[in-house]
Amino acid sequence: MGTFIETGTVTGKANLDVFSGTLQQLAETDTDIIAVTSDSRGSGKLASFGQKFPRQIVEIGIAEQNLVGVAAGLASAGKKVFAVSPACFLTARALEQIKNDVAYSDNPVKLVGISAGVSYGALGTTHHSLHDFAVLRAIHNLIVVAPADNFETEQAIRQAAETQHPVYLRFGKKPMPLLTAEDTHFEFGKGRIIREGADIAIVATGETVYPALQAAEKLEREYHIHSTVISMHTIKPLDYNLLARVASKVGAILTVEEHSVYGGLGEACASFLLENGYHLPFKIMGIPDEYTVTGSQMEIFNHYGISENGIAEKALQLLRKK
Amino acid sequence: MSEQELARKSIHYRKKILQYIMEAKAGHTGGSLSCIDILNVLYNHTLNVSPENFTSPDRDRYIQSKGHTVEALFVVLADKGFFPETDLLTMGKYGSHYIGHPTRKVHGVEQNTGALGHGLPLSVGTALAAKMDNRPYRVFTLLGDGELPEGSNWEAALTAAHYKLDNLCAIIDHNKLQITGPTSEVCNTDPIDQKFESFGWSVRHVDGHNIQALKETFEGVPFTDGKPSLVIAHTIKGKGVSYMENEIKWHHGVPDDKQFRQAMEELNHALESAERIESII
Repeated sequence: MGTFIETGTVTGKANLDVFSGTLQQLAETDTDIIAVTSDSRGSGKLASFGQKFPRQIVEIGIAEQNLVGVAAGLASAGKKVFAVSPACFLTARALEQIKNDVAYSDNPVKLVGISAGVSYGALGTTHHSLHDFAVLRAIHNLIVVAPADNFETEQAIRQAAETQHPVYLRFGKKPMPLLTAEDTHFEFGKGRIIREGADIAIVATGETVYPALQAAEKLEREYHIHSTVISMHTIKPLDYNLLARVASKVGAILTVEEHSVYGGLGEACASFLLENGYHLPFKIMGIPDEYTVTGSQMEIFNHYGISENGIAEKALQLLRKK
Repeated sequence: MSEQELARKSIHYRKKILQYIMEAKAGHTGGSLSCIDILNVLYNHTLNVSPENFTSPDRDRYIQSKGHTVEALFVVLADKGFFPETDLLTMGKYGSHYIGHPTRKVHGVEQNTGALGHGLPLSVGTALAAKMDNRPYRVFTLLGDGELPEGSNWEAALTAAHYKLDNLCAIIDHNKLQITGPTSEVCNTDPIDQKFESFGWSVRHVDGHNIQALKETFEGVPFTDGKPSLVIAHTIKGKGVSYMENEIKWHHGVPDDKQFRQAMEELNHALESAERIESII
């Protein structure tokens, strides 16, 4: 946990830029680092990587099943493979390859889902990835990670490169704020406490951690409600210890994610809490079970209440103060 | 190993396939019998792979895309000493690693396969890694003709040619039958050779039960420098057992006791004939 900062005072890069920059740094000293792309080096911010390391980038073309199968073959021969493709296609079209060639065969591919959630905004439902947590959570032997800021992203890339097992990394497009001023520790499977407070815990992941933090500050400022905010960057394995600790302290838990309310972070938390006897007010915020409204990512977030005001309002309802 | 010895080995393998399918009370009988000569020649002639070098990064790789005929693979791997043959008595039984499709829990298996259309992309990635690292190994993968309609095969065929993977050899066990009927009627993929050639592969046809022809064909890989090789091995589903040959119902299935005795008699007779011919030569 780092020193808390005032919300939004530090603006970072898009997580994808951090991804490509970090991968480039790793490739400087490790010729086994390989990026495999599906005509996505532009959207994956890998153009300069490709220019600098032409022998370490493999272009597959628009063929996601083949992308994952080839990546698994490369990984089986000792390569540290980052298979990059839009999250919606990677995790739906190539799901069987992820299940069999990567996870079941334990080929340590790093699957990188770019422009995840509703990052593609107005491109519509075909391009939204609101199912990936749900389907990938159900696959054994896969670490599922959605970093919330540049620090988490860089750490996730570096750890994924060295992990001998498959990892799914989920990135959005927009610039990310830095959530804490000083960061000391990141570990897959360990949630990161961004803010501490005893009234309510807001457990968020990926790009929804920032509006969750904004909401927490609004609750503090306007209602004197003290919130814990957790970046649950690893959806699987979920940090059960942290959840249990927080559930024993706070009066309610609100989860927030850029994913269908079915099968994602919220349901993962709910099943743990209920199965382990924690009975406290609980609400899942995410994208409801419908074809998403059209608009930019932020407009869609606002439409579904994944915003400072929307999350704060839901927290107040949960605490029965409004 | 001489061609005569390999030919006798194939008959032994066929007997063992049937014995273990009887033991497991399940198995993909017809396809295992159609591809066994190919596996025999690969493991006893072509591939630089053994229990001793299996952890070497330079070993040749064999990836069985048509995973359902795992009985053929297990029998050959046991014969090569990857594990004691007695392990196969547990095939298909509760808790056994010797399940109905290849799994890396079994020593000698390169990739977990079984879902169709996966072997070729995996092989492309593995062959590409060899090119990147200037390693000498080659990758052989066995596809069923019935799995060709899977789109991932054609995606991988494009990539293999694009990257000029002449260290890759795909073999199609072309027995022309799949579970529903003739492949030409289920989804006609002919002409397979012209399709692959147009994708940039170098293609050869071979009698998939002719040991000498298989040896010579595999020795010729790569058929063309800079191109991946495709072997279309013409085979007979259920080969070696008269009542199983070209019979769709033996795609999978377990003989009854009488059928099993007949199969063993036929195979023993074939073995005696092979030995007699060998002694004359």
